[in-house]
Formats: sequence, structure tokens, C-alpha cells
Amino acid sequence: MTETSTTDATTNQGGEVVLDVKNLVVEFKSGRQRVQAVSGVTFQVRQGETLGLVGESGCGKSTTGRTLVQVQAATSGAVIYQGTDLTGMKGRALRELRTKIQMIFQDPISSLNPRRRIKDIVAEPLVIWKRGTKEERATKVRAMLEAVGIDPDAAGDRRPGEFSGGQCQRISIARALMADPDLLICDEPVSALDVSVQAQILNLLADLKDRFQLTMVFIAHDLAVVKNVSDRVAVMYLGKLVEVAGSDELYRAAAHPYTEALLASIPEPDPDHASSHKALTGELPSPLNPPSGCRFRTRCPYAQARCAEEEPLLREVAPGHQVACHFPVGPAKDQVAPPAAMAATDAPTA
Amino acid sequence: MKARRSGGRTLEFKDAGTQVGPLLVVDDVHTSFRTARGTVRAVDGVSFDVHEGKTLGIVGESGSGKTVLARSIMGLLPPRDVIRSGTVRFAGHELTAMDDKDLRQVWGAELSMIFQDPMTALNPVKRIGVQIAESLILHLGMDKKEAGSTAVELLRSVGIPSPEDRVKWYPFQLSGGMRQRVMIAIALACAPRLVLADEPTTGLDVTVQAQILDLLAELQRERHMAVILVTHDLGVVASRADDIIVMYAGRVVERAPTHTLFHDTKMPYTRALMDSIPRLADPSGVRLNAIAGRPPDLINPPDGCRFAPRCPYAQDKCRESEPPLRTVGSADHLFACWFPLVDGESTVPPVPVSLSAPVAPGPQSSGASDA
Repeated sequence: MTETSTTDATTNQGGEVVLDVKNLVVEFKSGRQRVQAVSGVTFQVRQGETLGLVGESGCGKSTTGRTLVQVQAATSGAVIYQGTDLTGMKGRALRELRTKIQMIFQDPISSLNPRRRIKDIVAEPLVIWKRGTKEERATKVRAMLEAVGIDPDAAGDRRPGEFSGGQCQRISIARALMADPDLLICDEPVSALDVSVQAQILNLLADLKDRFQLTMVFIAHDLAVVKNVSDRVAVMYLGKLVEVAGSDELYRAAAHPYTEALLASIPEPDPDHASSHKALTGELPSPLNPPSGCRFRTRCPYAQARCAEEEPLLREVAPGHQVACHFPVGPAKDQVAPPAAMAATDAPTA
Repeated sequence: MKARRSGGRTLEFKDAGTQVGPLLVVDDVHTSFRTARGTVRAVDGVSFDVHEGKTLGIVGESGSGKTVLARSIMGLLPPRDVIRSGTVRFAGHELTAMDDKDLRQVWGAELSMIFQDPMTALNPVKRIGVQIAESLILHLGMDKKEAGSTAVELLRSVGIPSPEDRVKWYPFQLSGGMRQRVMIAIALACAPRLVLADEPTTGLDVTVQAQILDLLAELQRERHMAVILVTHDLGVVASRADDIIVMYAGRVVERAPTHTLFHDTKMPYTRALMDSIPRLADPSGVRLNAIAGRPPDLINPPDGCRFAPRCPYAQDKCRESEPPLRTVGSADHLFACWFPLVDGESTVPPVPVSLSAPVAPGPQSSGASDA
């Protein structure tokens, strides 16, 4: 329980920047209108680090993740991986570079082809790139299945339908690791799993990260899960980053009211846990017509007039801790912004 | 909305005032399914009761039988290839002896269910207002107009903004959280006395989960309903249930008032479920205490204690004979373990169970190959 991961958070500070996302914007057409799913997101991920990306459904976190592997094109901005901007790349060059950046998806069962055998599914990345001989590939498939805790002899010839959700997620992870990636993008990898299986997969990801020296971007809506795996966490709300901080710092000194609300909504497995519980009311506003100023102000208990007029920019409040809020919460919040009565929430839904 | 039932009802239900004893009594329920591979004993002898206005949490992993148990109580089991025994008594009526025609008078009116996936539980081609009004017309004998305006009020009571417009919407136009609110409105439309919520918040965001659970608790207090909350996450029921049942492999392995369950846990499985939840207060990067392996195949469950193959404290006795559900000291704390934890600690030394235990193929395919 007290054994901590071998990754030392401080060593990551000096690590080389592997992924540099600059002012990323992703727009979709919705009828005649244009919807911004991601509205100018900037962050960096350093070698060996795990960056958590957290937010509610519809905040743009998955779209951001998909842009990192360029399965979703960016409207503007840059995704720079090891010095190369992926947004300008096409064809074979992009596909080849992309073997270094792999993705794991939320629904493990539907991300595996139900008609194919496990050993063929896992071997596929090498087959596509014609790497190794048949025997070498088979050896690597065995090694990788063993690494994720699947018995290659019992499982290799079976098909995905014969496995549980947790086992399918292990197989997806084995497949993602076949091409020796450096960067792993995990999009809600455990949110469809039971808590007991979730713990197994989170531990497995931590082990594999150390063993294969991976850098990770971990996307999820549950801050307790994100905190467990991440060195740093970026909180996203309606297409924008609202807070970025080290995992423990974020929990100890959340500065954005939205982060505070996310923390409060996590059910603690303790009946005596004093539920500080300021359950967030309302839903995410429609991205078709985002609120003026601060996008969170329609649900924020501390919102002031200024929040509607002026958009807060991401600024540093402590070393490595950035927040986009005019009236950050924390020790001084009572003097700055007495909690106003919750505005009647008529937040429109999509 | 307080209007009591009218219309051509043939079953008489005792009112809360005259009700003596528990509202729901589940007695030795067994539910098995005949499959090509053999008989799956999904629920294997479960007994408990629920009192008026109380909340019972039923917790277990996928495959523990908790959903089949909920459906066995409701009488919502497939007509074929099911073997069932045991009785379910609700407000003085034996549900297990009723035919579908009688059950239809109970469903929705006295006993209703909230399902995990509101998208598939709602009818995609009917406006939500019509779906809510349906049971009002059927059970309360309302006319269309009255049912329509009651539907608006119900949507308002579950926190849906501008309900006058929303009644005309179709399920696909709503977000997951809003759809679950509609499900709750339908389940509560006729003021039932017991609501079974089967994983009502799984698949929803944590923020929406908190909203939905708060809403359910608030409506429960207002209407003095009993609620059975089925979930895989002990965190969800910790602050909401009066009593908790922990299920494993079709059986109850521990049952206690919530506070007792958390502070005087007897069954290592319950402890393991608690420990597998990532906690915010723990430093980032802490290794989680995952439970090795997976639940057993219910066609050929292991001999002795069914949790023994995954239990770090398992002894020879555990593998040989099955522990009965028993009490020590307090009469309302039941557990099935030969070597129960004392003050949260085991009295026998742990035997390391490999955390990444070799995973055999799924029991649904492989027969008895689980080693």
C-alpha cells in the first residue's frame, strides 16, 4: 500500500520534451455552424512522464488524445513529437512515425477484431511493417502476452469474444506495445472495468511503463484514477485547460473551482468521510455557444461579474502549477470571492 | 402526485402504516441457467430482507450474480432455460408465485427498477414524456392530459431544466446523465415503495454520478421509499446505504450495517474490494492492492470457500470445506469465512498470491480449465 512507484517525479522535470502541443484547436462542422471541441490547448510531456488529462464527457479530452496520434486532424496549432510537427505530415511518413505513438481505447472488446485470433491481433503491427520473420514475430507475441499477464499457450488461438473486458484490455495493451512505442496514449482505459479489474490494469500500466521506459498521456474522467497513475495532471473544461499541476499538488492545493468540484465528486470508500461534497450542478454548456469570459462561470459557485467579461488565461500560481481563474480558490478565497449563491442553472444541454 | 392508486386493481397492498416486518423478504433464492456447457448457478442461495424506507447496497464484481439477483427479485428472468427456487415476498405478496399478469400490476406501481444503460432501457422512438405518462395512465388511471402534466412535474423533480419542452424530446437528444434522470422519473412516477437500481451510475462521469446518487437519495427521503443499490464500487454505497451485502460467485459472503462493514470487516474479499479503489489521499504512484485473478466459473465453482483461490490468507481448510454464513458477536453482521479478519487484520499469515496471476481464458468458453 505504501510502496511507491520507482519513477521519481523530480527527475521528470529535467527530462527532454517528447511531446509539445501548441495552441491546439480542433473544429467540427455541425450543420452550418462550427463547433470547437478543443479551443487552444498547450502542454508539454517530458520523457518518462505520465501526464493525466481529466474532465467530463464532452470537454474535448478524447479529441485532444486522438489529435496526438493524428487520427483526428487539428484545425490549427501544432503537435510536435520529438521535434517533428505531426499536423503537417501525411501518408507513409506519418504512419511510420505513428508506430512510436500508440493508443489504447476505452472499450477493449470493440477495439479487437472479433473474428481474428489473439496471436494474429497482437502480431498485426509487425506484419503491417514487415518487421522480423514469422518466427521472430511469434516469439515477440508470446513475450508481450506474458508481459501483460495473458497465458500465450491458452489464449493465442482464441478469439476476443472468449475473454472478459479486463483480459481484452490486456490484449489491447500487448498489441500497442508490439511496435516498441515511446509514447502511449490511454483514452479512458479503465472506465468500463470493475474496480477490482481496474486496479489490476492500473498496476500493469505502471509496471509496463517502467519496463519499456514509456511516456504516457492518460485520459480519464475520474480524478482518483488519474492521480494514481500520473506525475502531472491537466484539467480540461469545455475545450480549454483550466489547471495544470503535479498530481499531489493538485490534490493538496487545487486552485480552480472546477478542479475542486471534480475532487469533491469522487465517492470515498469510507462511510465516515465527511462529504464536503459540493456536487457540481448542471451540465457542460453547449460548445456551440460557450459562455463569455470564463467558460466555467455558469456552474461556478464563486463567479463574479469579471468572470463573464474577461477570459482568464492560464498563469502560474506556484512553480509548475498553472491555473486559468480570476479568483483561484485556496487559502485566500474567502477574502477574494465569497461564495455567491449558486446561480439558477439553466445550462443548455447539447 | 400523492394520489394513491385507483383503477381496476385486483391486488391489495398493505400500506406503510399497517405493514409489519420487512417490506421485502428474499428467502434462499437460487437462479440457474441451462447452457450448452452445463448449468450456471448464477445465484446460489441468497437470503435477506429490506425494511421500508431503507437502502440496501449489493456489491460484487462482474459475474458475482448481483444483477441476476436483482432480476430474480423483480421476476424479470428469461422464460426458458432458467431453474429457480426460493421465495421473494414483497409487502405481503409472494412475487415468486405470481404470473406475469399479476406482476405487471406490481412493476412500476409498487416495485420498479432503474437499469444501468438508459439508452437501451428507454424506447428510442418514443418521446420521453409519453414514456413517463405510460405508467401513470396504466397504474394510476390518469387521463392523457393529466398524465402529460404530471410527466412535466416529474421531469422537474429530477432536475431536468425546462421540462415543458423536454417532454417532447427523444432519448437520443439527451446526454447520458439526463437520460438516467428520465429513467428515474419513470421508475418513480407511480410512487413505488421499493426501487431496484442496478449500477445506475456506471458509465457516467463522476460529477454526474454524484448528482444522480444525490437525487435518488433526496427523492427517497421525500417519498420514504426503500432502495436496493446494486454496484461494483464500494465507494458508491459507503455513504448511501444503511446495510451492505457483498456477493461473490453467487453467494452472500458478508452482510452488515454499512458502518460495521467498513470498520469491522470480517471477510478478506470485502477488504480486498475496498483496497482496490484508488484513493485521492494516497500519493500519486502508489501501487494499488488489486485482487489477483478473477471470479470462478459458476458451472464448476471451486470446492470449499469460493474465494480461496484468490485469497491471500487461504488455508487447507478453506479449500476443503465451505464456510457457512455465520455471526460472531453482533447478530446483524454475517460473514462466510473460516479465518475472519480481527480488527482488520488476518489471524493467519498471508501467502503471496501473484498479482499478475496467469490468466486463463474466460470461463464462458473454456470449461473447467481454470487452474
